[in-house]
Amino acid sequence: MVNTASPNTTSSIHAGRGLKETIERVASEPGAGARRGRGGRSYPRPNRLVHRGVWKAGTLPDNNRGRMSRTFRNPTYESDETLQQRLCSTWTRVSQRSHAVQCAHQSNSHARIQVTGSFDLLPVDVAFAVSCVWLVLGLVGFALRNRPQVVTSLIFPLTAAASLILSIAMLVGLGAAPTVAILPLGLPDLPFHLRVDALSAFFLFLLGITTFGVSLFSAGYFRGETGERLGLLTLQYHVFIAAMTLVLVADDALSFMVAWECMALSSYFLVTTDHWLLQARSAGFIYLLIAHLGALCLLFCFGAMQAGQGDYTFAAMRAARLDTTWSTAAFLLALLGFGAKAGLLPLHVWLPEAHPAAPSPVSALMSAVMLKTAIYGLLRITFNLLDMQLWWWGAVALTVGLLTALFGVLFAAVQTDIKRLLAYSSIENIGIIIVAFGLTILFRAFNMELLAALSLTAMLYHVLNHSVFKALLFLATGSVLHATGSRSFGMLGGLIHRMPRVAGLCLVGALAASGLPPFNAFVSEWLLLQSFLLTPGLPHSYLNMLVPVAAAALVLAGSLAAYVMVKFYGVIFLGRPRDAKLAAAQEASRWEHAGLGWLAALCVLLGLIPLTVIDAIDYVTVSLIGEKLGPVASKSGWLLLTPLSPARASYSPVIFLLVTVLVTVGSYLLVHRYFRRGTRRADAWDCGYPLQTPRMQDTAEGFGQPISQIFEPAFEIERTLPDPADLHPVYRKRQADRFWRALYLPVARLVEALSDLVGRSQHGRIQWYLFYSFATLLILLAFVR
Amino acid sequence: MTLALRIVSQLTQALIILGLAPLLLGWVNQCRAWLQNKSGAGIQQPYQVLNKLFAKDAVLARNASVLFRATPYILFGCMTLAAGIVPVVASDLPFARAADVIALVGIFALARVFLALAAMDVGTAFGTLGARREMLIAFLAEPALLMVFFTASLISQSTSLNTIVATLASARLVIYPSLAFAAAAFLMVLLAENARIPIDNPATHLELTMVHEAMILEYSARHLALIEWASSIKLMLYIAIGFALFVPWGIAGAGDLTAFVSVWNWGEASAGQILAYPIAMVFLLMKLVVAGAGLALLETVSAKMRIFRAPEFLGTAFLLAVLGMLIHFLLES
Repeated sequence: MVNTASPNTTSSIHAGRGLKETIERVASEPGAGARRGRGGRSYPRPNRLVHRGVWKAGTLPDNNRGRMSRTFRNPTYESDETLQQRLCSTWTRVSQRSHAVQCAHQSNSHARIQVTGSFDLLPVDVAFAVSCVWLVLGLVGFALRNRPQVVTSLIFPLTAAASLILSIAMLVGLGAAPTVAILPLGLPDLPFHLRVDALSAFFLFLLGITTFGVSLFSAGYFRGETGERLGLLTLQYHVFIAAMTLVLVADDALSFMVAWECMALSSYFLVTTDHWLLQARSAGFIYLLIAHLGALCLLFCFGAMQAGQGDYTFAAMRAARLDTTWSTAAFLLALLGFGAKAGLLPLHVWLPEAHPAAPSPVSALMSAVMLKTAIYGLLRITFNLLDMQLWWWGAVALTVGLLTALFGVLFAAVQTDIKRLLAYSSIENIGIIIVAFGLTILFRAFNMELLAALSLTAMLYHVLNHSVFKALLFLATGSVLHATGSRSFGMLGGLIHRMPRVAGLCLVGALAASGLPPFNAFVSEWLLLQSFLLTPGLPHSYLNMLVPVAAAALVLAGSLAAYVMVKFYGVIFLGRPRDAKLAAAQEASRWEHAGLGWLAALCVLLGLIPLTVIDAIDYVTVSLIGEKLGPVASKSGWLLLTPLSPARASYSPVIFLLVTVLVTVGSYLLVHRYFRRGTRRADAWDCGYPLQTPRMQDTAEGFGQPISQIFEPAFEIERTLPDPADLHPVYRKRQADRFWRALYLPVARLVEALSDLVGRSQHGRIQWYLFYSFATLLILLAFVR
Repeated sequence: MTLALRIVSQLTQALIILGLAPLLLGWVNQCRAWLQNKSGAGIQQPYQVLNKLFAKDAVLARNASVLFRATPYILFGCMTLAAGIVPVVASDLPFARAADVIALVGIFALARVFLALAAMDVGTAFGTLGARREMLIAFLAEPALLMVFFTASLISQSTSLNTIVATLASARLVIYPSLAFAAAAFLMVLLAENARIPIDNPATHLELTMVHEAMILEYSARHLALIEWASSIKLMLYIAIGFALFVPWGIAGAGDLTAFVSVWNWGEASAGQILAYPIAMVFLLMKLVVAGAGLALLETVSAKMRIFRAPEFLGTAFLLAVLGMLIHFLLES
């Protein structure tokens, strides 16, 4: 096909049609049709928590509190000591080959927060209480929807305060023994079990710190909304975060699935907030479809793990001993089910549609926290509920993760919508996290515990980092969207002059997302590369050669991420404004700055104190695989991060930052001391070309052109070329996901064909329907005894 | 006292690199001029250029932002940090423990990202063109570079440059075939990352063929001086990394500096130890002369490729690096 346009022209030159509408139409779904459907009702408030807690062995349960009116089940309490013993024995068995056999919890005490009276707050209580508080706030916000200033100035800051309390409590509770609680909800023989251990506490901490920033931002972002829309947004937002909290503390399959579904449904309604747009409706449809496919796989997974005992609590699943076949089935179903939610290939197609359609704080929460609940689920099932890990599971996870990472970043490079680009970037980072997950399984399967701890630490660190910087980037795009009204790269530019603070904070996020030192993502990618460097030590003869080559693919994904972030930041904030109405763009409100500033500070802080973060992550790695990285990593003091040994590798972000800042400032001062010369402003030089318009600078399509040329087979490219006889010539280049045509379209056609086939039996003739009933009755009588 | 001595050694080495980098650039340009039968401007020309640029007034575009003005200093800071990490004269630098090879690649990436953003800041066609091309070359060169470092670190069981130099220097002329492939890949990456022919012509005046120059078109005076200086430091550092990995003999090891400086150790230390530091300087100068001449020769006999041949070039470098790693697994372990 002849490509008559040079690489630098914009790919969509329209006469008489708005670019935004065209892009919306171009980005709209080719696949399954959109359906109208809204039946959301507010979720029933759960009953008050009646009893909970762990008591020390030998004492009676302290339950005469007066406010109780229900009975509770004694045998399901676990005494502190029996829990410790059981956990200890598990770790001893598992980490036999490691040189440091130790039980996880060093202290015998729980994390108790003493409040007046005989009332003790355990981490599980705090988690449940905070989710209840959020639900209440959501309902109050819905009730007060006609007073928007109350909602935005009171409700959302209270949400933020509650999330801060949650994160502090979880940080304190990381080192404590697991705490359980049972709610009088659910089925008669399967009430809701809740449990907070180190893994849950880590992910709850992540949820807390991210929700704090996002809620502060939302206090300023939702200022312009009123009435029905604001009320529904507030309600759905709070149900969403409460549901995510409950997913992270669920300790049996029923409460997990209930919370999972609540999370999916509330986010569906958030995605379809702008339900009058076709793109939002179809995005919501595909999102719900894939979420339910994943939920179905999860149901089967839980079914495989209950091992025929019928007991769906996680405690029973932990104690069950499955054989290889069932364990493999459970793992693959979990990978499929949680992968659908996390956005792994090939079930990733909902991510680039749903994230742009939702309001920006919700996109931030979805990308930063909801995807991580899927990662939590994978970790929970693979390392906590299943008692064996086979090496080829790790190879499968590694392959899937690598393909996802490369796919995500390639597609991010060619996007023309700011939020779609960030959505694909999320896919890439989830791929990197799953690569680390695969490495952990590999090392664990070959009983290399310390190396498994290294890659697990890298994985959890990257989970934390990605939450923080992705939330920051999505919130910044929210501010840009509000200030300019446009989500398309072609209508932005030069915003660093109009919105300097948002631009500065977004720069921190963009640099962090590129994996540059001394920011946070560099540390986790560095740890991951270090663990890749140790894979030649694997005892398997082909793995130890092929896996290091996989490191090359990972590095490619990482360097493309820098390309993507330069495009993202440069086209939005730098250069000249590509549209006249950008001159009216206003700086964001103070709440928005607060949210962005918090997340930017976290990006810097997490990069500067890696040893402290690794100490916190150690609680999780010890509880999952029985080994920790902390003592080895901090062997050379608090300044140097030395995984494995100082001679092997070391990194000191503090020295790095200090020296760079010192030399930068020093050179500035020296230059101005000795070469004090003037500065004057003039037109841009541009090699002497006098006529420069903003249209001459590069566009997002231009930035993506080298990628789509080099990696052409990865895209499905559709070009519309102008004809010499056209009165309104149009050049359009559309780069679509191959999976739609290759996978989803055939599946949809098959489903339709099957439905048509079944539909032939529904022709409306009553005689045949009576015959159907009669035949069924005969068959049942004949074959069922 | 030893620590203070080592910090002084560190600072001295950084200053040596900062001072010698324009000289290296001048030597390369002079060699290139001789090869083209011209008389050349002399090896001191880059110093004169820097002097001239620092003495001028800076002219900035009207819409240049704070990022544009801060980037030259940030770039210079990153290159100076890298100069403190790469073992050029001695290999037991205290700062070297702050960053290993992966962090070194990260430092170069940080500098490059800032330069690309600054290039996009003024909003001209050439700036954004240069930024795009530079990031294209970078994302293809970075995996190749990291694979080269991986090969070296698999041999020396470490990613710390100090340890790599110590291991490879003490190997007593053992031939590592994997390092031969890695050296070829590293040479190709060096040409790409430092904007030399065949990827980019550093002496071109044609804007549509520029990559690195296009990014710095809008800079003038002291900003341009700092950026040019930082580019020459980067070239010198890449050549020094190449020496450290593939020609590590002659770099002073641990303890050699104290043996040199502390007078009362002269009785105990051997002559080889005492003289290791000055010998290392002599070796460095010799290596730089040879490397500069070699670079000039390579540039003279090659032609610049068009931009979309660069991915093939860098893909070849990547392939060679991966081959080096696989050869390490097959032959050396």
